[in-house]
Amino acid sequence: MGDALIEIRDVSHTFQTKGGPLKVLDHLDISVPEGGFCAVVGPSGCGKSTLTRLIAGLMIPDAGEVWLHGERVRGPRSTVGMAFQNPVLLEWRTILKNVLLPLEIVPSKLSRKEAEERARFLLSLVGLEGFEDKKPSELSGGMRQRASLCRALIHQPEVLILDEPFGALDAFTREDLWQTMHQVKEREPFTGVLITHDLRESIFLADQVVVMSGRPAHAQFVLEVGETGPRDLDHLYTAEAAEMLNVLRHQIEIAQGRAPAEPTAHGSADRGEDVPAPPPGPAAQGVA
Amino acid sequence: MAYVPAPITRPEDAAGGAGRRVLDRFASRAVMAPIVALIVFCLFWEALVWINDWPDYVMASPSDLPPAFARYWELFIVMGWQTLWRTVVGLVVAVIVGVGLGMVMGFSRTMRDALYPLLVGFNAIPKATVVPIVALLFVGAHDFNTILIAFMISFFPIAVSVSIGLSTLEPEYRDILRSLGASQTTIFWKIALPKTLPEFFGALKVAVTLAFIGTNLMEIVSPHGRGLGALFDSGKTNSDYPLMFAVLIALAVLGILLYYIVVALEKVFAGWAERSEH
Repeated sequence: MGDALIEIRDVSHTFQTKGGPLKVLDHLDISVPEGGFCAVVGPSGCGKSTLTRLIAGLMIPDAGEVWLHGERVRGPRSTVGMAFQNPVLLEWRTILKNVLLPLEIVPSKLSRKEAEERARFLLSLVGLEGFEDKKPSELSGGMRQRASLCRALIHQPEVLILDEPFGALDAFTREDLWQTMHQVKEREPFTGVLITHDLRESIFLADQVVVMSGRPAHAQFVLEVGETGPRDLDHLYTAEAAEMLNVLRHQIEIAQGRAPAEPTAHGSADRGEDVPAPPPGPAAQGVA
Repeated sequence: MAYVPAPITRPEDAAGGAGRRVLDRFASRAVMAPIVALIVFCLFWEALVWINDWPDYVMASPSDLPPAFARYWELFIVMGWQTLWRTVVGLVVAVIVGVGLGMVMGFSRTMRDALYPLLVGFNAIPKATVVPIVALLFVGAHDFNTILIAFMISFFPIAVSVSIGLSTLEPEYRDILRSLGASQTTIFWKIALPKTLPEFFGALKVAVTLAFIGTNLMEIVSPHGRGLGALFDSGKTNSDYPLMFAVLIALAVLGILLYYIVVALEKVFAGWAERSEH
């Protein structure tokens, strides 16, 4: 696992709340190779957003270590780009100026003109050509999310952290953005971590899906999608995809405590298991 | 059906002439509507006095006002200026102190918990009762006292709105810059401050009229004979009722003037918050 770009080693974290200490992460291990795309799914409140803040260096874990590109994370670093469910665009700036915002913080080798060219290129990549001088309020939710994605990528981050970026969008817009993500990743390579509640999204975008257990969370199960790079939406409707979705759904039920833990899951990360065996029951063939 | 947002040609581009004509009509309506309203209001007022056959000392009518203005126009200019500049200075101090307090309360939970009850209590005290105290405390410092009262009555809404604007900033806004290693100051200037501007201007509109009330309270009560408040008072002592009404109108005009200056500033600095209709 030496070549991992993102390495989360044995991380535990406890929040101090009014109701006493609340342990959210418990000996969590995740590792994402360079250029990989890891989706993290799990029950609500299992600490997925805490995980993104740890990787971004916005928080330091109580125990364990987070490593990015061979360096231990001890604070925020400019090699990270973030996008959230809320696109948080600055309403008083044009779309172009919004995309350029990170370059006002991060020291960049680009001249102003080059930076602007890069921003225009990214905007055209996500289909926002011609909207550079609009204000965010003039854009739809999906378009704002596209702009937010460009802002996360403008400073060429090594790591892109996506915290449910498509969660508030309607189903069709979401599927469009999934395809946009693949196009973007092809042109602008990054190592990605995607937090999501959408299992279809996880297997469509990522090449590795981590299922987090209920609180306090550890990596309960890892699914290798067995596919990298762009794929077609049709892939979501194959027997293979249905099988993967079934496995994930079953794992989520275990994480929620609604199904007993299976012997194969071990309650720990099972790496290297390409396509796990479908769970018992008649559901296995259902969707296909 | 692929959803690729293509550049949209705006309707205004296609029909520039028609767009301008519509705009003109709006502009003329924006000017005409308040003028018509004003005329109707004055007619109603005149009729009310006329029908009830009220004498001057009960209620002056609009037709009494031009003679009053004509007779004392020099006083109106001098006193009006005194009222205006002291109100503006009081307001500027209120903005500085209000924004400062708002920042302290917006960024620190402890300070918010500590200062809020104090501020609410202070704001609940009728400023008319504070006027004699201040007048006695700083005897003779008339300009200072007037500015002080104008400030005291108007800083509260500014402090509250700024503190609420800052404390309700969504954490994601902060995280976007913080994850890149931006300092708190950078986050304040780039995000927190501009994001609070719409709330700030909303409060400033309230504060403008409040500051006028403060200035006049002091001018009416203290015996220095300065400002429109003093002119009002002299109208009262001389039983010159049209003069009293004329002062009220002059105050209203000044209030409108300052209010629209704030509106213009808001358009410049926080115009983005206004949603375009479509």
